[in-house]
Amino acid sequence: MSEAMAIVCENLSRHFGPVRAVDGISFQVPAATIFGFLGPNGAGKTTTIRLLLGLLEPTGGRATVLGWDIVAQAERIREQAGLLPQNMGLYQRLSGYESLELFGRIYRLPRQERQARIRQLLMRLGLWERRDEPISRWSGGMQRKLALARALLHRPRLLILDEPTAGLDAVSAVALRQELAAMARNEGVTVFLSTHNLHEAQELCQEVAVIKAGKIIAQGSPAQLRELGRRRELLLRGRGFTEELLQALAGRQEVVAIRREGDAVALELQEGADTAALIAFAVARGAAIEEAQRPQASLEEVFIELLQGETNAH
Amino acid sequence: MLTDLTTMIWKEWKEYFLQRGNMRGGLVGYLVVLGVFGAYLPYQTGPEWVRSPAPMALWSWLPLFLVSSLVADSFAGERERGTLEAILATRLPDRAILLGKILALVLYGFAFVVLGALLALLTVNVAYSSEGLLLYSPLLALGIVAFGLLFALLAASAGVLISLQAPTARQAAQTMSIAIMILLFVPILGFQALPATLQQQLYLVLEEPERLRPALLGLALAIALADILAVAA
Repeated sequence: MSEAMAIVCENLSRHFGPVRAVDGISFQVPAATIFGFLGPNGAGKTTTIRLLLGLLEPTGGRATVLGWDIVAQAERIREQAGLLPQNMGLYQRLSGYESLELFGRIYRLPRQERQARIRQLLMRLGLWERRDEPISRWSGGMQRKLALARALLHRPRLLILDEPTAGLDAVSAVALRQELAAMARNEGVTVFLSTHNLHEAQELCQEVAVIKAGKIIAQGSPAQLRELGRRRELLLRGRGFTEELLQALAGRQEVVAIRREGDAVALELQEGADTAALIAFAVARGAAIEEAQRPQASLEEVFIELLQGETNAH
Repeated sequence: MLTDLTTMIWKEWKEYFLQRGNMRGGLVGYLVVLGVFGAYLPYQTGPEWVRSPAPMALWSWLPLFLVSSLVADSFAGERERGTLEAILATRLPDRAILLGKILALVLYGFAFVVLGALLALLTVNVAYSSEGLLLYSPLLALGIVAFGLLFALLAASAGVLISLQAPTARQAAQTMSIAIMILLFVPILGFQALPATLQQQLYLVLEEPERLRPALLGLALAIALADILAVAA
C-alpha cells in the first residue's frame, strides 16, 4: 500500500486544548500525483501539513508518509520531503544563491552537485541573474519561486506546498502552476497542494479533499466533486416555448420552478427528475429543442456549497 | 552530527555578519568593537593591562553582552519570520539546530575574547616596547580563556532558553536585558554595600592575581554549573 500511496492518514487528530484543529481525518494520496487539500482559512490545512512532516505529534490516529510513520520516523520523512510554507520562511539577509547553498548543505548534497543543482533551479525559474542580491530586495513573486527552488533542491519524493501562489500576480501564478504540473509529470514527484484557490486545484490536481473545521467533508477527483454539485436544473434552448407549454411544464410534479432566459427556458427540478421524459413532453407539445443542457457547477461553486453544508458528500 | 553543526554555525554567522545589510558592514562593526577593547583601552591603560586581573573581568563580561545582543533572535525571531518552520521541516535533527545555534553564539563571543586579548597583547608590546616583552601571567591567560568561554556559554544557553520560551523576539530581548542588568549591577551594588575596610582589602587582593586563585576557581565552577543547567534545560 505504501508503494502506491505516498500518504495514508487514518483517523488523524490534533487538538490544542479544547480546539480540534484536525479532527479524525482519513485520506490517501496516490504516489506521483498532485493532491489538492482544500479548505478555508483556519480549516486545519497547515496543522495537517505539520502533522505529516512530524513537526507536531498527533493527538490521535496515525499516518504514514512515503511509507514512514509520522511519529516514529519523522526525520526520514523530512529527508525525502520538500516544504514550501505559506509564509515562505526565507532568510532575508542571505542572497538567493546563499539561501539555496544553506539548504544544499543541510541536505548534504556534495559540493559540485549542489552548485550544479542550484544553478539549474535558478536558471529554470529565471532567478539566476539576481542570485547574489539579498532576498529582501526581491519581489514577492521571485521570493516564492526561490522558496519553491529550495523545496525542490534535494529532489524530494514528496513536495508539500502551502498556498504556493498566494500573493502572486496572475502571470507569475500561471508560470508557477505550469512548473508544478511539469515537475509532477516529468519527475514523478508527489505534490500535496494545500490551497483555497479552487481554480488552481481544478487545473492541477488529480485528487482533492475538502477540509472544514478539522474534518474532511469531501474527497475525490475534481470532476467527481463537481458532480456532487451538479445543479438540479435543465436548460432548454430552441423555439416554440409558448405560455401554454410553460404552464404545462410548470404543472408537472418534477418541476419546482420555471423561468425564461432569453430564447431558453430554465427548469429547476426535483431530485431524481427524469429529464428525458421532460424533453419528450415539451417536444410533444410543439417545442423545437435545439439544445438541452444540465449545467455543471464549477469546483468553486461546489466548494462553497460544501462549506455551507448544502451538499452531502462522501 | 558534526556536519550538521558546522552547517548551522555557517548559517548563523552569515546572519550575524549580514545584520548591517552586507558582510563588509558586519565586519566593520565587529572590528570597531575589537579596536576599542583590543587596542584603544589597552593603549590607554598601558602595561598594567596585561599585569592586572581587572581586564579579565572585562573579557568575561564582553561575550555576555555580545552574545546577548544576538541570542534573543535565535528562536523567537526565527519563529516570527517563519524561517524556523522552514528549517525544522528539513532533515536536520532538532538537537543539531539547538546545539548549532548555541555553538555559533559561543564561538562568536569567544572568538572576540581570544582575538581581543591577543590584539591587546600586541598593542601594549608595540606601544610600550621599552618595558620589554609583556605577557599575561599563566593564571591570567587561563582566566581570560576560561571565563570568556564560560560566560559566552552561559549567555548563549540561557539566552536560547529564554528565546525558546518567549512569544516574540522583542520579549526575549527584554528578558535578556533584565537578566544582564541583574548580572552586572548586583555585584557592583554588592561591592559598594561592603564596609570601606573590606573594600580596601579586596582592592589589595586584586593587585595580586595569585591570591585570587581560589576565588576564581570557585567562580569558574559556579558559572560552569550554571552553564550545565542552562544547556540541560
